[in-house]
Amino acid sequence: MLIFEYILLGFLVVCAISVSFSKNLLNSILIFMSYSLVMSIIWILLESPDLAITEAAVGAGVTSLLFFVTLKKIHAMREEGEEDE
Amino acid sequence: MSKPISEEEYRKGMANRLKQWILGEEDPLLGNMEIQQQNEYVPNQKMLRRHKKDRDRVVRDVLDTEHNKHYKRFFRFYKIAAVVSCVALILILLVAVSYLPPVGSADKPVNNEVSAKYIEDGMQETGAVNIVTGMILDYRAFDTFGESNVLFIATCTVLIMLRNDRKKGKHSAEAEEKRDSYYEPKADSILQKITFVLFPIIVIYGIYVILNGHLSPGGGFSGGAIIGAGLILYLNAFGFEKIGRFFTEKTHKWISFAALTFYCLAKSYSFYTGAHHLESGIPLGTPGDIISSGLILPLNICVGLVVACTMYSFYALFRKGGY
Repeated sequence: MLIFEYILLGFLVVCAISVSFSKNLLNSILIFMSYSLVMSIIWILLESPDLAITEAAVGAGVTSLLFFVTLKKIHAMREEGEEDE
Repeated sequence: MSKPISEEEYRKGMANRLKQWILGEEDPLLGNMEIQQQNEYVPNQKMLRRHKKDRDRVVRDVLDTEHNKHYKRFFRFYKIAAVVSCVALILILLVAVSYLPPVGSADKPVNNEVSAKYIEDGMQETGAVNIVTGMILDYRAFDTFGESNVLFIATCTVLIMLRNDRKKGKHSAEAEEKRDSYYEPKADSILQKITFVLFPIIVIYGIYVILNGHLSPGGGFSGGAIIGAGLILYLNAFGFEKIGRFFTEKTHKWISFAALTFYCLAKSYSFYTGAHHLESGIPLGTPGDIISSGLILPLNICVGLVVACTMYSFYALFRKGGY
């Protein structure tokens, strides 16, 4: 179990670093989403399931959705050079 | 012995429809789903020229370090400073962590009389089996009231920033929304069928988490977030018109107002009686029952309603600038 926890914690560090180094904004959000998902598993291992529910619903669900909509609004998900008058 | 059925009944049956679907004789999705044809990518010469001009200007004025000596020094300093400040922060945090007492040691500063009292008398005084909820909504209910208000104020701020009031024209909310979802399939039947199955389950699970907040892990905030996520899924599958039948701006306003007011009044009453050492007259009930632990259950419902409305309205405002 301890090894599993260490793997998850290592995954968190890798995710946190790769979010800031990823050039593509969409990839950054997806990595951030997986970060939240792993964080919610770690909350369960730390014996606080209420935080795990909240983290899964807010961190992985609503926050990432808001990021996606924002990217769409600022046209960061479109191909460059498309008409935006 | 199997019962013979008429031909018409057979045609409507599940097995026939499955067979038809496998053989591809009749596409059940045909005529229901519409996907916008993607145009071939044609570069817009005017936009490309404008982008190139901008880029050339940035390169000439800033990035061309041969001619901008002071920028060269700045960039070198910037890189070194970024690395140094990052490493310094990591070192400070690691040193601070190394001074913390080990997990579970008896002489930790958190092991004082406050937590001992919560654990020993919590269930007797609040009637909640889940000590965390007993703490949040009874001993420290004033904090939770502040948190609900912070959420409400955050919604108001987003409303001020993102609200789109224009009814007609190119920049109206409807036109923007239409332009944004131009490439999305209209009435996506896969999403709609899955939402049809999942939405009631999600909402019932959220209600379960809220109502069992004083018995099991969870509570108002978690349950409200789950219901809010379910509402967002429904909105994505069926659009603003369908969700407008049961959830509009007016509903949101009245639910938030009623929940916050009830929270305020209920907690004011219990603070008033508590400060004057009066009997509050609210029965605590048997710990473990659904209807027990005094005010905690209604307060959980209030927090859950506020959080669900806030989650949904954030998404609706980001998406369209209105409801």
